[in-house]
Amino acid sequence: MIRTLLIRGMLVGVVAGLLAFAFAHTFGEPPVDAAIAVEESHSHSHDHAAMSMAADAAATPVDPAAVAAGAPAAQPAAEEELVSRPVQSTIGLFTGVVVYSAAFGGLFAIVFALVWGRMGSSDPRVVAAVLALVAFIVMVAVPQLKYPANPPAVGDADTIGIRTGMFWLMILGSFVAALLATFIQRGLSRIYGTWNATLVAGAAFVVVVTVVMLLLPTIDEVGADFPAAVLWQFRIASLGTQAVMWATIGILFGLVTQRALRAR
Amino acid sequence: MTAAAFQPTAIPAPVSIPVREILPWAIFVALVAFVAIYFVGVEEGAFSVFNGMYVHEFVHDGRHLLGMPCH
Repeated sequence: MIRTLLIRGMLVGVVAGLLAFAFAHTFGEPPVDAAIAVEESHSHSHDHAAMSMAADAAATPVDPAAVAAGAPAAQPAAEEELVSRPVQSTIGLFTGVVVYSAAFGGLFAIVFALVWGRMGSSDPRVVAAVLALVAFIVMVAVPQLKYPANPPAVGDADTIGIRTGMFWLMILGSFVAALLATFIQRGLSRIYGTWNATLVAGAAFVVVVTVVMLLLPTIDEVGADFPAAVLWQFRIASLGTQAVMWATIGILFGLVTQRALRAR
Repeated sequence: MTAAAFQPTAIPAPVSIPVREILPWAIFVALVAFVAIYFVGVEEGAFSVFNGMYVHEFVHDGRHLLGMPCH
């Protein structure tokens, strides 16, 4: 049974990835291109400083020591040429979104297997839909409130380590809060009923997540002159991509597993 | 199927899957998902397994649009 759920979860993830790619390509690429245009118009940007350094290194006779020293600085310069924009916005975006979505489809199947028959409805379609909605809130919506998606040209290359760490820590915090809320809901529902227990669990989730958000540092690297409309369009497109992915997983997983689960 | 034929109700009560049956699959999926999400979301950003920027640049737009810190 678990094997069936897992295979279907990953296939559903791939389908969700195809739809999310279509959404991201249609609505996400225009603001990405607009942000790259802003990036290229700024001569003081760090990428361009690195690029001019690399250009200087290329112009001077090759000195092994200078090449070794210049190697890390030369990397941002290479990013203009290494993968072209048409490849990044099609095959690259496709690969990234589909791999990501298939991975979450597999993880979704495992969580579904743990929840099925233990919590919620006896209709697999309802369980899958509710679980996907919860996953979207816990893994995407809540973490994005603290660390929203940023388009190219926003973000200092020197802080990528701390930004990556804080981003995943926020997701972990939200996940642990949801786990805690689940145990509270299960513990209290026998005494106070499902509705009241769910309300208390929801409140506990909000409190824990708020504390995590207050403890983690605020990161704001959006330039003062970055166009607000482009930032808004990018973030809405990013959230929409995730919404399409999770909605597809939630609806499709229930449809393709209901017969297998009822035939037991 | 024969057991289902004797069930009077259209929707049988859900039968939970034992945790010990799920656990090995859960570990396997977690490992595969970790590697997949790492290469889409983190590789050649905060950490690098390979030298250069090819992986980062290839999945660049996906990394941005999926909300993960890029460069």
